[in-house]
Amino acid sequence: MPSRIFVTGLGFISGLGNNVQENLNSLLNLRSNIGPIRHIDTNLKHELAVSEVSMTSDELMRDAGLPDDSAYSRNALLGIIAAKEAFSHAKLDKHPGLNIGLISGTTVGGMDECEKYYQDFLTNDSKNRFIETYDCADSTEKIADHLGLKGFMTTISTACSSAANSIGFAARMMKAGKLDCAVAGGTESLTRFHLNGFNALKILDKFPCRPFDATRNGINLGEGAAYLVLETEETNQKTGNPVLCELVGYGNACEAFHQTASSPDGAGAYLAMKKALDMSGETPDAIDYINAHGTGTDNNDLSEGRAIEKLFTGKIPHVSSTKPFTGHMTSAAGSAEAIISILGMQQGIIWPNMNFSNPMPELKFQPAGEIIRGVDIKLVMSNSFGFGGNDSTLIFKKHGVH
Amino acid sequence: MAYINGIGIISPQDTLPGSAFLEPVIEHTSEFMKSIEPVYKQYIDPIASRRLSRLIKMGISSAKMCMLDAGLEVPDAIITGTGLGSVEDTEKILGELTKEEKFLNPTPFIQSTYNTISSQIAINLKCHQYNSTYVHRCFSLESCLIDALLQIDEGSAQNVLTGGIDEMTLNHLTIIRRLGLWKPEAVSNLDLWSSPLPGALAGEGAAYFSISKERNEKTYASLSAVQTLYKPSSTEQTAEAVVRFVTEQGLRPEDVDLVMMGNNGNDEHDRICDEVMMKALPSASRMLYKHLCGEYHTVSGFALFVAANILRKQFIPSSLINIPSAPGKLETILIHNHFRDTDHSFILVRR
Repeated sequence: MPSRIFVTGLGFISGLGNNVQENLNSLLNLRSNIGPIRHIDTNLKHELAVSEVSMTSDELMRDAGLPDDSAYSRNALLGIIAAKEAFSHAKLDKHPGLNIGLISGTTVGGMDECEKYYQDFLTNDSKNRFIETYDCADSTEKIADHLGLKGFMTTISTACSSAANSIGFAARMMKAGKLDCAVAGGTESLTRFHLNGFNALKILDKFPCRPFDATRNGINLGEGAAYLVLETEETNQKTGNPVLCELVGYGNACEAFHQTASSPDGAGAYLAMKKALDMSGETPDAIDYINAHGTGTDNNDLSEGRAIEKLFTGKIPHVSSTKPFTGHMTSAAGSAEAIISILGMQQGIIWPNMNFSNPMPELKFQPAGEIIRGVDIKLVMSNSFGFGGNDSTLIFKKHGVH
Repeated sequence: MAYINGIGIISPQDTLPGSAFLEPVIEHTSEFMKSIEPVYKQYIDPIASRRLSRLIKMGISSAKMCMLDAGLEVPDAIITGTGLGSVEDTEKILGELTKEEKFLNPTPFIQSTYNTISSQIAINLKCHQYNSTYVHRCFSLESCLIDALLQIDEGSAQNVLTGGIDEMTLNHLTIIRRLGLWKPEAVSNLDLWSSPLPGALAGEGAAYFSISKERNEKTYASLSAVQTLYKPSSTEQTAEAVVRFVTEQGLRPEDVDLVMMGNNGNDEHDRICDEVMMKALPSASRMLYKHLCGEYHTVSGFALFVAANILRKQFIPSSLINIPSAPGKLETILIHNHFRDTDHSFILVRR
């Protein structure tokens, strides 16, 4: 019988706060910080609304006690902060001998230094120390070095589902006995590369995003990092860590429809949710809450909404997109929203889908417009869908519930 | 454990379907070893192909070659490893951003995201199942193979299409040369091991494998196990890890007939490879192969193609260099690779 996978540590930095508690406080106070770009020197400064982590990269460097002449991308710095919080939360440093994995998702976050110095890289030696911050593995290895991890590590890039896939792959390795526990999640910082790239796709909104609203008009990009500590049941007996919840399902499917668009019927989203649900052994009506991918684009919300209606033929659970709080944290969205879902489960709260007022005519259901308190949440589903139809779903279950 | 039942590879040698096994050797005298590409319209609709950058075309084509070789139409999972993804597209955007931020062409942005290769393969094969992309330097392909083996073991897939792919460009070569790890000027690949110039030769390639639960008449070899090792403290520790890895597969160190060495022409890099294998597997024959493909993050894909063919064909092409001499039998091959002594990987392939 494969081992159960318990969540025992959380770490989270986003525009809402620099740690889990600050993020929770912002969520409880319905505070979003989506607004104009402050940290990045870009022509798009007044064109777009985003969610930035409050600290500058220099402040993050100082906070981490790093010398000024070291080469850290903002992506790595955010990752270090969140991974460290999760690692400390689960007190993994107190348990020597554990075979700990690090699985991190990221896509373009490491570009922030590279895009500044690219001409230097091509023409002179002055910025050589930043050359290696370019690739995706750099942030993962820097996180590992900060946590003193020397076990298995890898980096996943499936665009906006990267962090969800990191969590799924970590669980797969643990169930096979290849790891005792893992730090899994993702990190993504805003860069000009990112902002201009998404802007070219014409899917960014200059106003706060309105997922599942008939007037929705695109994404607000966000940044940050979020990591979960996962332990097998056997490892948990050794660590004695309080179990925050159990990861009971993960599904990964590929829509194979179009490089950037989702199919109108949400075939990929349906398949990812179905696979996760099948693994969990639960029925659709047992799901209490869906933290939707809900980016606020025309295409995603229609396709995801239809997939939800197709899978949940009876009662549709509470649904909300929390992207109006955090912005779309892209490669970190999967783990960030997993944490937001787990916090909701712990608090008995359905997070609201902020900025919603006009129901979509194509859908029979509406997202949770207001915060709902005092709900007994036993099972939550968190969706993350990426470009290329890389769709993934995670399901978490309250611990001790049968 | 699983079986390699199909291979599709585009490399700086002629490894296209119908070619002889690394005969004749192709000499490269330009700045880096560029892949010998197929006629893409054999694999990709020419209209769609016009919009695709070179790396994506190499990925789709080698994946299709692999499926044809394996005699399969749709795999149960598609997993790609790439150290850098589409460098060409990334550079286009970085170039634009250094001039002036104006409205970008969205195509390079889409293609620069690493998962484009796997998802384009899925679109081309109409595969709606598991799809993932690993992007971790010299662990990229290795992570794919680990994932593939786990999925086959746990029964969630019977046939996994997985591969490693990276490309080199002149701009990227210029940048990486600043780090002093690459040869400062063009050197013939045939002179790699004798050139007095320091550093490795840059290369590129795409290699996809059909990894299956069952052996069949198309089987090249079995893929026994894959392991990674991060920042070992010494060559002794790396050597111990090699011995442990081999032992865990129920083998003695002397059972390994051949080691495909990570040597790439960089003296410091090569010293580590040599020391590790002399300590860990002193009786094994050591093989140099990177003069045929150059160095890149997913170079172990080329090595796996070579190892699988050696085991199936039971012969070693003369272009490969064996030290001190060719092995007496060809049953068990270990592939070792490393990135700056930071990311080491081991792949065990058996007949």
